[in-house]
Amino acid sequence: MKPPQFEYAAPASLSEALALLTASDGEAKPLAGGQSLMPVLAFRLASPSLLVDLRHIPGLDRIEVGADGVRLGAKVRWRDIERDTRLATALPPLAEAIGHVAHYQIRNRGTVGGSLAHADPAAELPGIAVTCDAMIEIASSRGTRKVAAADFFEGALTTVLASDELITAIAFPAWPAGRVSAFEELARRHGDFAMAGTAVWFDVDRLGHASNTHIGVIGASDRPRRLNAAEAVLNGKPADATSIAAAARAAAQAVDPADDLHASAAYRRNLIEVLVERALTRASKQADSAVKGSH
Amino acid sequence: MKVSFKVNGKPVATEVEPRTTLSLCLRDNLRLTGTHVGCEHGVCGACTVIVDGDAVRSCLTLAVQMDGCAVVTVEGLSDEAALSPLQAAFRRHNALQCGFCTPGMLTTAHALLSEEPNASVERIREVLSGNLCRCTGYLPIVEAVLDARAAYGGPAYQPADAGHGASHASAGAAR
Repeated sequence: MKPPQFEYAAPASLSEALALLTASDGEAKPLAGGQSLMPVLAFRLASPSLLVDLRHIPGLDRIEVGADGVRLGAKVRWRDIERDTRLATALPPLAEAIGHVAHYQIRNRGTVGGSLAHADPAAELPGIAVTCDAMIEIASSRGTRKVAAADFFEGALTTVLASDELITAIAFPAWPAGRVSAFEELARRHGDFAMAGTAVWFDVDRLGHASNTHIGVIGASDRPRRLNAAEAVLNGKPADATSIAAAARAAAQAVDPADDLHASAAYRRNLIEVLVERALTRASKQADSAVKGSH
Repeated sequence: MKVSFKVNGKPVATEVEPRTTLSLCLRDNLRLTGTHVGCEHGVCGACTVIVDGDAVRSCLTLAVQMDGCAVVTVEGLSDEAALSPLQAAFRRHNALQCGFCTPGMLTTAHALLSEEPNASVERIREVLSGNLCRCTGYLPIVEAVLDARAAYGGPAYQPADAGHGASHASAGAAR
């Protein structure tokens, strides 16, 4: 298996990289870790005439944690996230999901920007991005723009990115203390793409009721998405076994999973119910211990 | 395109097409055939090499991306006279049969133990889950990596760590 022929450039700056993308008239692809693009090339699902390697571009590999949230540069690798101890409190769903992303060797090269641009419907980071209201920062020779993650993914392997645009970062809003979350997925082999998965979080109001509930799913549709119908079931109620089971049932009804060789649509629908129930139950236990801790 | 990098400590320079993967560059251009090519799309782990200290899949890496990097292949894990402690542990535990996956298992385990000599059995299993082996059933491989930890400054070997008997180790030692 050999990739199709292409030219290769490794520009020294972002502006040079953007100029190359603009000049190629849609024939170029950016290359970061290559962990999604290389298999695509090996199977000849794409045949770009030019790869623009981002390896020499400075400043895209930082993890910034501040009062306004977490910002990950496009070249941040999975292993960088895995080893950043600040993220366990600054963005718990990401810290939890990262353990499920790919295998050891791929985590050493795979990047945040690459995963977002590839837009696999079962990938973890796009799911976390949509569930946690992230903004994706995009640059081109024409300027910069920010797109909400919910609007970024258009379908399987399809995003709103134009051919002359490059993802530069993803920014997550601040994570308040007391917010509870959990991530669950099922894959046949740890590190493989999930058959389905879910990220959930909610706040707990003074009455002990769930509010601002976010339930996002991966592998259950052609793109990562939130399930507003299931969120509405839990909002305003105590996160107990009854309301969690009802929300999980609503989640299963809201998804439209695909049949493929890894799992049938019926199996995936059932899996979503089980995983959402597990995730909400785990999150609710964090809420319980927070309440007990405050007395 | 010309590409210059280090392989197993020695500087190399070679001419490649941009589409040449690191795995094929190592095997075809540099005649280092210890790196095995299995699935060629990043699933099997057989082609794992170490780039600047990190285990990576050489089939998912372009040779031209290696310019200025330091690559270690299975050939670089020991000199020709003797096995490294990790390799010796693989032999002692019968951690290979056909041997196709072995270079990737060794490079992956070497990178892991170099950074994490105290890696737990769970961590070792998680890391090796990216490498397919169709012969051994993995238990002897996990056992061999546990055994090799001491050589990297990790804990002394306790056969029960992997959760199964020490039969592989004792069979190897009797030979």
